[in-house]
Amino acid sequence: MTTIGLSAGDIAAGVAGGKFSAEEAAREHLARVKEKDARVRAFVSVLEEQALAQARAVDAKKKRGEKLGPLCGVPVAVKDNILIEGVETTCSSKILKGYVAPYDADVIERLRKADAVFIGKTNLDEFAMGSSTENSAFFKTANPWNPDYVPGGSSGGSAAAVAAGFCPLALGSDTGGSIRQPAALCGAVGLKPTYGAVSRRGLIAFASSLDQIGPITRTSADAALALCVIGGHDPLDSTSSPEFAPGKILDELSQNLAGLRIGIPKEYFIKGIDPEVEAAVRAALKVFEKLGAKASEVSLPHTPYAISTYYLIAPSEASSNLARFDGIRYGRRAQEAATLEEVYERSRGEGFGPEVKRRIMLGTYALSSGYYDAYYAKAQRVRTLIKKDFEEAFASVDLLLTPTAPSPAFKFGEKTKDPLSMYLSDVFTIPSNLAGNAAVSVPCGLTRAGLPIGVQLIADRFAEGRLLAAAAAFERERPFPRLN
Amino acid sequence: MSLGLEDVRKIAKLARLRLSSEEESLYREQMGKILDSVAELSRVDTSKVAPTTSVSGASGAWREDEARAFSGAEKILSLAPEREGSYFKVRKVIEG
Repeated sequence: MTTIGLSAGDIAAGVAGGKFSAEEAAREHLARVKEKDARVRAFVSVLEEQALAQARAVDAKKKRGEKLGPLCGVPVAVKDNILIEGVETTCSSKILKGYVAPYDADVIERLRKADAVFIGKTNLDEFAMGSSTENSAFFKTANPWNPDYVPGGSSGGSAAAVAAGFCPLALGSDTGGSIRQPAALCGAVGLKPTYGAVSRRGLIAFASSLDQIGPITRTSADAALALCVIGGHDPLDSTSSPEFAPGKILDELSQNLAGLRIGIPKEYFIKGIDPEVEAAVRAALKVFEKLGAKASEVSLPHTPYAISTYYLIAPSEASSNLARFDGIRYGRRAQEAATLEEVYERSRGEGFGPEVKRRIMLGTYALSSGYYDAYYAKAQRVRTLIKKDFEEAFASVDLLLTPTAPSPAFKFGEKTKDPLSMYLSDVFTIPSNLAGNAAVSVPCGLTRAGLPIGVQLIADRFAEGRLLAAAAAFERERPFPRLN
Repeated sequence: MSLGLEDVRKIAKLARLRLSSEEESLYREQMGKILDSVAELSRVDTSKVAPTTSVSGASGAWREDEARAFSGAEKILSLAPEREGSYFKVRKVIEG
């Protein structure tokens, strides 16, 4: 094997430079999936034929002497809530089984133009609701570091695919931590870009004011490379921003950290953090200080309210977004229904899993007449305060450093009975979704039991260059072990 | 906060979800706990705070409302559980 374990940047350079072909890279990665995915179960579907055809097209383009894109020949896995035209997109839900995407998501269009190769669709918590991928209606995905443990979620399949060496790059989506938390639990780099940096067109909506697509990779340089491909203004997503500037990100990537001001938010180092996680994150801070960064304590006083704020806003938006799954235009329709009303109620009652129904119920309640002001509107006001906390912090520091998740990977079934304990997995990631800023999880160590730990860096809106430069400098100082 | 079964049934009706009686009792209990937990927000003084509805920073995405050709209709119709020609087929909507 020659291309397995290479970064996306190195594969693209190898293909462009004629060291190996895109087809060879695709074949090797697909062979690894065939050999090892029976144990990991990262993929809902593997796109062998399509991937090989795409790879051969890249090779043909090279043969003709045409300019190749920045991700030429790079095998990419895509979370199964992002549309690839002609490919089944399920959201790991029974209600969408058999749904063949009628168009490409904006990020898929951009990856195609960059000559990437799609090798498969990855498992997720149904409709991206969850933190362990146990809510998939199809099967559980294992943590490649130890198959008794969850990979995190909701982008658990994408994080596991990268950690297992099935691809150097996978797309995830992050509504409350769904890229960063599984990346932390699987020992990968997971980037949630600034809200508006990446178009959401073709991402099946969960909570529209929070959802953001981003890359899961093995290196921060690959995260930057991928972000520069998938980011950019899309006139068909009215929340996508014209401010995104890929050139600036790549320019900043090699910057050193001398004088970088890192804030340590005291509200993120609370009782209940796993001691090994806290020790690894504090050790990571020492590495940044060694690299020239200056650390200081800061306060984001409304942090303790972030989970409650999120669990009102996200379910409310979900209850509205998921109203479209009604058994009429696509997806599963209940057969025994006599009336139109029954078609809706039965199709949805039978098609959605327990966590999705729980959140639709919660959101419907929070938006219902008489409760809207007390719940949804209140949460939106607290959201303003959480956002303001970040604005004030970024007036005096460049980045914030926190744990990504309060614990390393947990065992299957450990948190499924108590939704509130599962919700706490995202306590450190949720605030950045509420505020819309950029954040990345970078692997920073292993527990004694051999499970990965992630450190989270948080930056102001559109400061991904500075964010990933710090992450890359940390990686050079502290290379993270890979699975064979 | 305790929710009654009637509350749960009313919400399920609004959400167009058919729930089993086991689901009704499970959600009654779990939603009660979640609502208790989120009630902590009432401790935050938001009397002078405006709500945040979007963090996109993109302000207003206006365009001319011009008709454009769309060629994907057949692909979209073909996804329907039931169709007739170029129509989605549904159960009778109007009684009588």
